[in-house]
Amino acid sequence: MDCNGYRQENHDQNLFPKPKVLVLEPPPVFIYHEDKLSQKFHFLKAWDSPLPLDQFLTTHAHSVQAILSHGSCPVTTNTIRLLPSLGLIVTTSAGLDQIDLQECRRRGVSVAYAGSLFSADVADIAVGLLIDALRKISAGNRYVTQGLWANNGDFSLGSKLGGRKVGIVGLGSIGLEVGKRLEPFGCNILYCSRNKKSSVSYPYYSNVCELAANCEVLIICCELNEQTRHVINKEVLLALGKKGLIINVGRGAIIDEQEMVRCLMQGEIAGAGLDVFENEPHVPSELISLDNVVLSPHRAVHTEETLMALVDLVIGNLEAFFSNKPLLSPVLLDK
Amino acid sequence: MAESTDCHKAQQDFPKVLILKPIPFINLVGEQYFASNKFTFVEAYDSSLPLHQFLSTHSPSIKAILSSVGAPPITSDILHLLPEVGLVVTTSVGLNQVDLLECRRRGIKVANAGSIFSDDVADFAVGLLIDVLRKVSASDGYVRKGLWATKGDYPLGSKLGGKRIGIVGLGNIGFAVAKRLEAFRCSISYNSRKRKPHVSYPFYESVCELAANCDVLVICCELTDHTHHMINKEVLSALGKEGVIVNIGRGAIINEKEMVQCLVQGEIAGAGLDVFENEPDVPLELFAMDNVVLSPHVAVFTPESFLDLRDLVVGNLEAFFSNKPLLSKFGDW
Repeated sequence: MDCNGYRQENHDQNLFPKPKVLVLEPPPVFIYHEDKLSQKFHFLKAWDSPLPLDQFLTTHAHSVQAILSHGSCPVTTNTIRLLPSLGLIVTTSAGLDQIDLQECRRRGVSVAYAGSLFSADVADIAVGLLIDALRKISAGNRYVTQGLWANNGDFSLGSKLGGRKVGIVGLGSIGLEVGKRLEPFGCNILYCSRNKKSSVSYPYYSNVCELAANCEVLIICCELNEQTRHVINKEVLLALGKKGLIINVGRGAIIDEQEMVRCLMQGEIAGAGLDVFENEPHVPSELISLDNVVLSPHRAVHTEETLMALVDLVIGNLEAFFSNKPLLSPVLLDK
Repeated sequence: MAESTDCHKAQQDFPKVLILKPIPFINLVGEQYFASNKFTFVEAYDSSLPLHQFLSTHSPSIKAILSSVGAPPITSDILHLLPEVGLVVTTSVGLNQVDLLECRRRGIKVANAGSIFSDDVADFAVGLLIDVLRKVSASDGYVRKGLWATKGDYPLGSKLGGKRIGIVGLGNIGFAVAKRLEAFRCSISYNSRKRKPHVSYPFYESVCELAANCDVLVICCELTDHTHHMINKEVLSALGKEGVIVNIGRGAIINEKEMVQCLVQGEIAGAGLDVFENEPDVPLELFAMDNVVLSPHVAVFTPESFLDLRDLVVGNLEAFFSNKPLLSKFGDW
C-alpha cells in the first residue's frame, strides 16, 4: 500500500472508525475471508497477541462490544465478565454448547448464530453417508481403485434402502431436512425428540431406546447437551440390532464411542456413517480397519456456497448490531 | 410308490416354460426358488438333441419362454417352431434379444423386470452424486490414511441444493432419480427420445443443449444404436468445467476415452461411474482422481431386489397360466 493510500485509510478511520470486534480464535470464515470481513470491522485478534488472554481482554475491555466466535472456541463466564461493554456474541456455528448462555442471559448479551444455514448441507451428508454405508459406495470405490474388480471379480452387494424404517434422533431443522430427503426413497420415518411435533405425521417415540428397537437405521441429528451426552449407549445399540446402521451428524459425544466401536467390531450393529467423533480429529483405529463404516472428517462448514452465505450472515448480524437493528439470526435466550 | 408316480405324472402335465441357455439370475438365486405348481421348466441346453429338433419335439407343451438380456435371441424362427407359446418373460428390463414385432404379430404377451430395479439404481445414482459433490469417498480415504489428524481439514465440497440436474432418459429410473433429487432442492430438466406429455420438467431436444443448461448430467437411458457414444467431447464441453456426470446406464453411452481426457484436463469437474465400456477394465487414469468415484457395476443389485425379481418372474408365469393379468406387462398388446 502506498503512502497516500495509507494516509487516506487512516483519515477515513478517524472520521468513521470501523466497529471493533474481538476474535479469540479465528473461525473458518475468518481464515478464508478475512479481507471481506475486515472491510467493515476492525478485528482485535486475541490469539495473535503475545499477551495472555486475561490481560488482552482487560486491555481492550472498554472498546469491545462484540465477539466473533466459532463452534469449538469457548466463550467462558470469565471472558464475558472481563468485558463490561459486551453486547453481542456472533458464533459461526449452529451449536451453542461452547458459549456460557446463562451468563449472556444474566448480562443481557445478545447471541447470533448460524441458525439453519447449515441444515441442508448436514442433511445432504447424512443421506450421503447412509446410502454409502448401505450400498457400499466408498468401499466399492476402494475395491476398484485397488485393482480388485479386474482380479477378484464381483464385489459384494449392499442392501436396499427403500422400505427401511429410519429413526431420526432430534427432529429440529436438520432432522426435518433429513426426513424430507428420505421420503422419496421409500423410507418410513420415525423420530424421537424433546417434544412431539404436532406439525409432523411421522410416528413419535418418547425415548431413544424404543425408537432404536423399532427401526433399522438411526440418524443422530440432535444437539449435544447434558441430556444427549452418551444417550446412544450399549442398550440403544443392541436395541438397534445386528442389521442396524447408525449415522451421526450431530456431535461425537452423543454416542458412547467406545461402546459403538465394540458393537461394530463384534457385529452387534451392521455399520455406521460418521461425520463427528468424540475427540476430533482423532478417529478410533478400529474404525479405520472396518469396511462397513464410512468416515467423514467433520468440518465447521461443508460447502463453498454455504461458506459464502455464512460470511454474509456474519457481516449482516454485526452490521445490524452496530446500527441498532434486529439481528438476522438471534438465539432466543429467554427460556 | 404309486403316489410318487402320480405326482411325477402330474408334473409332466404341467405347461412347460422353455429356457434356451442357463440364465445367470436363476442360477444365482437357485432354480428351486422358481418352483411352482402351475408350470415346469424345460431346458434346451440340457438335451443332446440339436435345438431345432428339441423344439419340434416339445413344441406342443411349451407355452412360455423365459429369457434374459444376453440370452439367445427369441427370433421369429424360434417362435415359428413354437406355435403354442403365449408368453415371453425376461429377468431383465432390456428386451433387445426378443423379436417384439413378431410377438405382437402372433399375440404373444411379453413381461419384463418392470421397475423392480429402478428404485435401487436411482438410490445409487443419488449416492454417487452426493459422493462426487461432497467428496465422501475421497475424504473417507483421507481419514483412513491418518491425514485428518496431521494435515487438517479436507477441502470443502459443493452444495447439492440449487444444482441443475439434467436427466438423460426419463424412463422409470430417470423419473425415480428426479423425484429423489427434488427433495434436495435440485431443479430437474431432461432429454429423452420423446417429450413426456404429463411431465412438468423442462425438455431439451438434444443432449448437448441439456448439458449446456445443467450442472449435472445423470445418464439413465438404455444402450441402443442411437445412444451409443452419445455423451462425447462436445456434450462434456457443453456441461463445462464445473459440471459433473453420473452414469448408471451402460458404459458405452459415454465415449469413455473422451470423458477420461476431459477429466484429466479439467474440462469437467468430476464423475460418478458404475458402468464402463469394457468391464471390469477401468481406465487407469481415473484411479488416482479424487473427483471420480468408481463403482463395480452394482447399482442395480441388492439381495432384496433379487427376491422381488424372483417373485415377479414366478408371479408373471403363474398369472399367465391362471388366465390372470400379467404383473409387469410390456407393450400394448
